[in-house]
Amino acid sequence: MGAILEVEKLEAFYGRTQALHGVNFAMEEGGITTVLGANGAGKTTMLRAISAMVKTRGAIRFGGKPIDAKATEQIVAMGIAHVPEGRGTFVDLTVEENLRIGMFARRDKRHAARDMDRVYELFPILRQRRRQHAGTLSGGEQQMLAVARALMLGPRLLLLDEPSLGLAPLVVREIFRILRAINKESGVSILLVEQNASLALDLADHVFLLETGRVVLSGTSDVLKKDDAIRRSYLGY
Amino acid sequence: MSLTRRASLVLAIAVIALGFSLPFYMSGFRLFQYTQVCIYAIALMGLNLLTGYNGQFSLGHGAFYAVGAYISAIMMDRWNINYAWTIPVAGLLCLIVGFVFGRPALRLEGLYLALATFSLALAVPQILKYFEHWTGGSQGIVLTKPKAPWGLKITEDQWLYLVTFAITVVMFILAANLVRSRVGRAMVAIRDNHIAAETMGVDSALYKSLTFGVSAGYTGVAGALSAIAVAYVAPDSFNVFLSVTFLIGIVIGGLGSIWGNVLGALFIQFVPNWAQDISKAAPWAIFGVFLISFMYAMPYGIAGALKKLWISRVVSRVSQKQGGERAPSKQAQSQIR
Amino acid sequence: MDIFVQQVMSGLATGGIYASLALALVMIYQATDVVNFAQGEMAMFATYIAWSMMHAGLPYWGAFLATLVIAFVGGVVIQRVIIRPVENKPILTIVIVTLGLLVICNSIAGWVWTYLQKPFPSPFPREPIRVGNVVFGAHDLGEIGVTLVMLALLFAFFRFTPLGLAMRAAAQNPVSSRLAGIRVSWMLALGWGLAAVFGAVAGLMVAPILTLDPNMMGGIQIYAFAAATLGGFTSPVGAVVGGFMVGIVENLVGTYVSFIGTELKLTVALAMIIIVLLVKPSGLFGRTHTRRV
Repeated sequence: MGAILEVEKLEAFYGRTQALHGVNFAMEEGGITTVLGANGAGKTTMLRAISAMVKTRGAIRFGGKPIDAKATEQIVAMGIAHVPEGRGTFVDLTVEENLRIGMFARRDKRHAARDMDRVYELFPILRQRRRQHAGTLSGGEQQMLAVARALMLGPRLLLLDEPSLGLAPLVVREIFRILRAINKESGVSILLVEQNASLALDLADHVFLLETGRVVLSGTSDVLKKDDAIRRSYLGY
Repeated sequence: MSLTRRASLVLAIAVIALGFSLPFYMSGFRLFQYTQVCIYAIALMGLNLLTGYNGQFSLGHGAFYAVGAYISAIMMDRWNINYAWTIPVAGLLCLIVGFVFGRPALRLEGLYLALATFSLALAVPQILKYFEHWTGGSQGIVLTKPKAPWGLKITEDQWLYLVTFAITVVMFILAANLVRSRVGRAMVAIRDNHIAAETMGVDSALYKSLTFGVSAGYTGVAGALSAIAVAYVAPDSFNVFLSVTFLIGIVIGGLGSIWGNVLGALFIQFVPNWAQDISKAAPWAIFGVFLISFMYAMPYGIAGALKKLWISRVVSRVSQKQGGERAPSKQAQSQIR
Repeated sequence: MDIFVQQVMSGLATGGIYASLALALVMIYQATDVVNFAQGEMAMFATYIAWSMMHAGLPYWGAFLATLVIAFVGGVVIQRVIIRPVENKPILTIVIVTLGLLVICNSIAGWVWTYLQKPFPSPFPREPIRVGNVVFGAHDLGEIGVTLVMLALLFAFFRFTPLGLAMRAAAQNPVSSRLAGIRVSWMLALGWGLAAVFGAVAGLMVAPILTLDPNMMGGIQIYAFAAATLGGFTSPVGAVVGGFMVGIVENLVGTYVSFIGTELKLTVALAMIIIVLLVKPSGLFGRTHTRRV
């Protein structure tokens, strides 16, 4: 399988402040990669750069095609679903409406109904709360809704920004279990930004470590888990 | 003193000198227009303190202008008080009214304050006509222009201009000092993030009401001056258009800028005339085009655009000369908005 | 009692006009935090276009529909061409642009069609309709009907169509909408288009009553502000309910409180605004905006 995502000398800016200083990495199709790092390292910025939500310089290629000059809406239509930090739920719309929005940019609308059933199978609680306003859901349920909404796009690449934030460990484990299942089932590539390093390392195949906007470490998660020195100094445990 | 401060001071001295020289080669109607510019500048300074520096939207400052004008008119007409005294009295009374109005206004933000002040502005002509006994109803009050004192051989227009200009200079200096002081910084802090400001010990409610008061006071002084200079007050001259004109003035001039108020005053005084020169048939359409074009070209007002130009061209070049590449100073950067 | 019912119906009729214009204001405010001060003038302009079409021989309902389409296109074009350049600038900058638009519309209308008042036809019969002892103006009833039909269509559009859902999403959460592939910028343009349609409806319904002239919508716009304030600037439902309520209150106060003649009627609207702002600024249906620090 080829690379689903390639990033070359990526720089990102918030106004005049530079947040990414030349990031390079590549991601294999069908894999799960996690980006780790401390607060302010640039993890969220990197996802935002891929989705064209911040100013960037450098090259980004998705499935071989350059996307660094495209607008967010176009990138989404090409098959990248981004679940932002804080989930970005449409709190005044119902659960079902949230899901229907997810399929708005979907290329292949024929199988949309089938996908909605599948999503309800993966997250039965959402089916229960279909007609409820999304704002009344708990944090964990909203996270599930956000992932479900992203899946409704039928994406090739799923970007997740700190899905574990503010959630109880059990809920997080459940969500990660589902992510693994989705990855196995339909081959959706997953790029996961996380602060919870141990959980992320269990889920992911590959790891990148960001420090002040640069990649300082990369490798397979197995190797990183086993290397005590690296673990202790960079991951803190 | 920083480069920007020095330049500002030089410019101020130049403008003041130029301003004082005006009556010597301009007379009659032309000079009267510039008197009006000074009056508008004071009114805009008032509104700018409230909206530009403190972030409270007012679409009703015409009301304070009217109050100031009528206080002055009534004092001169009914009680034969010398015009000079009416100015501080109008200012003070408007300050109190503004402060009192500021208290309930505290609960309103953004759109809602704008609506409340807008309603106030709409009601002003009605209220003025209602209290006929004091205000002379729809007819208004006719006054006489004061003559120059001490037997000075200048016309009334020239004397009025000099008085108005002098008062404008004084009020601008006071405002500049206010804005640079701790009080000024508190005002801006409240505008930018009032909750954060409060956690730093700024009494948001007090400052907001005070700002309302001072803002009304300035506009009241402008109103009083206009009553004296125009020698006539009538309810329909203080309609909602006036308040809207003031708002246009400070946005075009530049919110949170002292110089902006002068530029804005020049705009609202002269551009409608130019619009009429360009098209007799649809002058306001031309004016509207001017408004929109200005906002496209200078969304932060004329003062905002000039500041950006000044800082990007002059300041960085000077600091480059003074020792290698250096980004514009923090102070300069905070002025770029 | 009969008079009461009549005045209520009459109030509902004018209320429908306020509701339409208020809805237009709220639709745009909800999505962009901008009050389009030019909404009334745009509506007046559309009404003049209808007048020209009827003058050229088009039947009423043909001109009506054509005007709505033109208003829609006009609204979209205005958003794309005039508003978009200042979209991300400070609020007051955008306000000044809408004020510029207001004077341009007003001035050009006066220039093209003169300031002379023009009579405007009503599609409804002149004879009043009797129900028992109560007399209703046919235009009043027709107007209420038209307003309700338009509102129903709008509701159905937002509730049941994907585009309507996308517009609601874009208004509520533009960032997440972009991440869902919705072209938020175009949703805003559509919003302006729909708002212009409702403004035009208000203009078309009020022109037969007030006669057509460039300053026709001035007072209506103030009542629309009162309606939106009462109902809540953040709630389209509120705007509509507010509109009907303001219409009824205006009529009842005018009928039963003797010293409020036509001169002071505007004061009623202003008083309503002030009272609502003192008691509950967010209005009946609006939500108090909690802001993250």
